[in-house]
Amino acid sequence: MRNRFASTFYELGAEDPRLVIVVADISPAGSIAKFREDFPNRFINTGVAEQVMIGLCAGMAQRGLRPFAYTIATFSVFRPYEMIRDDLCYQDLPVTVVGIGGGVTYSTLGGTHHAMEDVALMTSLPNMSVIAPCDPAETAAATRWLATQNQHPAYLRLGKAGEPDLTSNAVDPFVIGKLRRIREGKGTAFLAYGPVVKMALDLADLVGVQTGLPATVASAHTIKPLDADGIASILCSHDRVVVIEEHVSHGGLGSRVKEIAWDSRASCDLRCFSLRDEFIHFYGSHEELLAEHGLGVPQMSAALGLQRSHASHIDRA
Amino acid sequence: MQNSFDVKLAQRRCRAYRRRILEISQKVTALHVAPAFSCMEIVDVIYHAFMRRAENGWFDDAFIMSKGHGVMTQYVILEDLGVLPAEQLNSYCTPSGKLGAHPDLGNPGIEASTGSLGHGLSIAAGMAYADRLQGFDRKTFVVLGDGEMQEGSIWEAVMMAPNLKLDNLVAFLDFNDYQGLGRTTETHPHFLPMSEKLCSFGWEAVDVDGHDSAALVDAVQNRTGERPLFLTCRTVKGKGVSYMIDAPIWHYRSPNKQEYEQALAELEDVESVSA
Repeated sequence: MRNRFASTFYELGAEDPRLVIVVADISPAGSIAKFREDFPNRFINTGVAEQVMIGLCAGMAQRGLRPFAYTIATFSVFRPYEMIRDDLCYQDLPVTVVGIGGGVTYSTLGGTHHAMEDVALMTSLPNMSVIAPCDPAETAAATRWLATQNQHPAYLRLGKAGEPDLTSNAVDPFVIGKLRRIREGKGTAFLAYGPVVKMALDLADLVGVQTGLPATVASAHTIKPLDADGIASILCSHDRVVVIEEHVSHGGLGSRVKEIAWDSRASCDLRCFSLRDEFIHFYGSHEELLAEHGLGVPQMSAALGLQRSHASHIDRA
Repeated sequence: MQNSFDVKLAQRRCRAYRRRILEISQKVTALHVAPAFSCMEIVDVIYHAFMRRAENGWFDDAFIMSKGHGVMTQYVILEDLGVLPAEQLNSYCTPSGKLGAHPDLGNPGIEASTGSLGHGLSIAAGMAYADRLQGFDRKTFVVLGDGEMQEGSIWEAVMMAPNLKLDNLVAFLDFNDYQGLGRTTETHPHFLPMSEKLCSFGWEAVDVDGHDSAALVDAVQNRTGERPLFLTCRTVKGKGVSYMIDAPIWHYRSPNKQEYEQALAELEDVESVSA
C-alpha cells in the first residue's frame, strides 16, 4: 500500500506543483525517494517532530498548496492530535494526514506503534474525512482523489507493504463516500475496511461453501463521511451482517453500523469483530497478533458457525 | 518598509487603542486586557511600519497572533485600519457578533485560529515556506507569548524555521514575564537568556524594549536578513494602567466602573504630559 501511495503521489506531484509531502523521519522508499530527488523543495523532513509537521502543512495549505503529512499512524494521529484538530479541522484546510501501519500492522514493535483507536479519534473531528483503502488499487484511487478533489482535512489510513489485490473483480467502482461492494451476494454480508477485507473475503468463501449462497462483501473504505444509506440498504437486504475491523470497538465501523441498524429498523443478525479493548503484550506476526485479538478466520468462522475445514484451500490465493 | 516611522503618532495610536479596549471591556465580564496591553506597541509597529496594504484594503503580508488571548490588540488595530467594522467590535463576545476572545480564521484580517498555545509559529513557518516556494513577495509576522514558549511544539518550529531558510519570517516574543500561575522566570528559572537560545538554533535574535516603537522598528530594519528573525521584546503586562501592572488578576478580568475611569484618566494623563 505504501509503495502504491508513493508511486501515485509521485505521478500526481510531477504534474501538480501544489503537492508537497512533509514527513517526520519516516518516508516510503521507492517513488518518494525519487520525488525527493526530483522535487527537493516539495519534500520536507521535520525529523522526529510531528507537531510542526502538521502546523507546517496547515500554513502551506492556507497559501494554496496541497500538503500531505506522512508518518507511522500512531505518530501522525496521536502525537499531534491537537494540531490536527485546531490547525487542520477548525480551520478546515485541505491537508491529508497519512498514517502508515494502521491497526496493529507493526505487531512486533509493541503497543506504542499500534494505531488501534485512530479511526475513533479522527472520525470524531468535524470537517475530517477518514479513508482506509483495502488494497493497493484502492490506495491509488484514494490518493488520487485526495490530491485532486478533496477540499478538507482527511486521514488516509494505510497498512504497510505487500497487501494482495482484492478489488480487481469488484462489483462497484471506487467512489469516495460510497460503500463499495466487492462481491454481490445474498443472505450474509460482510462489511470491512483496510487489509482485513481479505478476511471478509475468506469468510465469505466459507459461507458460500456451507450455504450454497454467495455472500456479499463490501469495502467501507470511506469511514467518514460514512455511506449510511448504503449500509442501511445492506442491513435491510441481508439476514446476517458481519462487520470486521482492525480497530477497537469504541467509535469504529461496528458501532456506526449498529447506530444505522437502529435508525433503519433493520431486523438482520448483526455481528461485529474488532480489536479487543486492551493492550496485548504479544510479539508475533501481524496475523498472529490479529488472532490474539480474535481477528482470525478460524476464530471468526467458529463464532459464526461456519465450517473451518473448507477454508484451507482458499487461504493465500 | 517605512523609514519614516512617526513615534509620537505611534504613541498616540497606542493610547487610543488601549482606551478602545477598555471601552469594550465595559460591555463584557471577561476580557484579556493586560495581555493585550503588553503587546500593544509590538502589534502597532507590525501593522503600521511593516505590513503592506493590498489593493483590496487587506494586507500583502501576514500577521498571526500566536498568543491568541492578545487578539484584542489586533482587533482594535484592524478596526482603526478599516479592515474590521466597528459594529463587529461592538458586538464582541455576543451572540450577534462574530468576534470571540481568540482569533478565528475567516474574520476580516485574521490569518489563523489560535487560542491554544504553541500553534502559531509552525503555521507561520508553513505560510512563509509556501510563499517562498511559490515566489510570493510576502513576509509573515508572529507574536508569541512567553508562557507559550514552554510548549514543545514551539521548539519544533524553532528548529525547523532556520532549516527552511525562512528569511521572510519574523517572530516577536511578548516577554511580559507573567503566565497563569506567576512569573515566567520563576516558573522556569532558566527561561532567560532567550536570544542566545534562538541564536544557537540558527535564528538571528536580539533583545529589544517591547514598548519602544522606534527600537522595535530599528530591530527589524537592522537585521542581516538571511535567517528568520526573533525579537525578545521586554514588555510590561498591563502596560499603561498602573493597577494592572504586576497584578496577575488582570490577565482575565474586566475593570469595574471606577477602575475603568481611573484607567482612562491615566491614559489621558500620559497623553497630556507627552503632548
